[in-house]
Amino acid sequence: MSYVVLGYWDLALAAILILVNGALSLAFKLGLERRLIISAIRMCVQLGAIGFVLKFVFVQTSPAWTVGLAMVMILLAGREIFARQTTVFTGFWTYGLGTATMMFAATSVLIFALAALVRPEPVYAPRYALPLLGMLLGNTMTGISLGLDGLMRSARRDRFAIEARIALGHSRVEALREPVRDALRTGSMPIVNAMAASGIVSLPGMMTGQILAGVEPVEAVKYQIMIMFLISGATGLGVLMAVAGAAWRLTDERHRLRLDRLRPEDRSG
Amino acid sequence: MKKDNSPASFGAGQPGHSVRLAVSDLSVLNLSPVTLVLHAGQCAVLEGPSGSGKSLLLRAIADLDPASGAVALDGEDRGALSGPEWRRQVRYFSAEPGWWSERVGDHFTPSDEVSDLLDAFGLPADAMDWTVERASTGEKQRLALVRGMADRPKVLLLDEPTSALDDATAKAVEQQLLARIRGDGAAAIIVTHDEAQAIRIAQRRLAIQDGAVIEVAS
Repeated sequence: MSYVVLGYWDLALAAILILVNGALSLAFKLGLERRLIISAIRMCVQLGAIGFVLKFVFVQTSPAWTVGLAMVMILLAGREIFARQTTVFTGFWTYGLGTATMMFAATSVLIFALAALVRPEPVYAPRYALPLLGMLLGNTMTGISLGLDGLMRSARRDRFAIEARIALGHSRVEALREPVRDALRTGSMPIVNAMAASGIVSLPGMMTGQILAGVEPVEAVKYQIMIMFLISGATGLGVLMAVAGAAWRLTDERHRLRLDRLRPEDRSG
Repeated sequence: MKKDNSPASFGAGQPGHSVRLAVSDLSVLNLSPVTLVLHAGQCAVLEGPSGSGKSLLLRAIADLDPASGAVALDGEDRGALSGPEWRRQVRYFSAEPGWWSERVGDHFTPSDEVSDLLDAFGLPADAMDWTVERASTGEKQRLALVRGMADRPKVLLLDEPTSALDDATAKAVEQQLLARIRGDGAAAIIVTHDEAQAIRIAQRRLAIQDGAVIEVAS
């Protein structure tokens, strides 16, 4: 296996494209230039840091280090779910629901992948566990945040329709059926679209990375297909659990709609 | 099964009728605890300035919002029933009716009662084929009445049910409402800002004054 090693000047040259984007933002008065630069710097710092952290953890090959880093990744992804929602619950549920469901879905699928599919030695080998978890978290996080946001926005927007059903004696399951279906569709759509477009419209990042690193394309494709199935499973499970949990929290045992459990402010601004 | 033995603080209503709806010390935001008794066939009007808590009181009776206090129907505390079971008997009609499907007919279970009510409220039979968008505000208000009355709930909690109707249509709807309430032996509380309407339909007049529900002379 051989690959072309990139130098720091190569990265600096690639960064010119970000400057071009910033210039376009200025030219069209999009107001994105500051966020673009901050995001680019953040990405470099985060990826640089994780590169060193992974290098250190890979050398340790210790379950404690692997689990520890996995927990940090899960908590940061949970924070990201919260940040992406325009409407959120109050109290523990603000972070708790998205983080807990994402953790359950991603780690369940990760354990399945490590124990039944990849079977590394040892099974917790960080070289396999952490990149797989990262890909699962990234996609599950997107699905859950979209699903939760869709349901909670819909509960606010369609309050009169939901309460009309409740007032007529419908159960909370009946009253929230359509908003829940819409939220499940919204949360699942990115991975469904990604699978449909893979190989035709886009070459997935992981597969491209493996090919650039010298792996045979057919072997890289096999990994990519496995990853897409894993992501699809984790996203479906995570979105279903998160949306069902949110629907349960949006109503109570008397089948009333409880919008008072949402933070009053709209965070879309 | 809990039995309600709370005394009526006012408004014993028509003697000889069995108690239908008993509200005891119901706490609603900004209001003193509310106690009242409403009998079969009785129509009470609830008046008060905007924002005084009229809608919240009706919603609390229908168990749409959490509220402390006791509410019972025919002596049975609502806690003995599930929320949906309670609301099939004690129904709140919002001033702004909601629709969960594009087609009007999707909100109804076809029945002779629906056809009768459509006719009684001056709506054509083909209204079931309309889209909700196509209906005017007044038509939607009457369609919501048909939808909510078709399964004959025992208590109707009507929040400004004719606010979007012209005078003539409002009077016709009132007459139908009263006839149905009496015919079914139901009880009703109707919120209105229309003094003339209150005089026309009220057997009892309730008002919110200084954060308390009081009974005023009919």
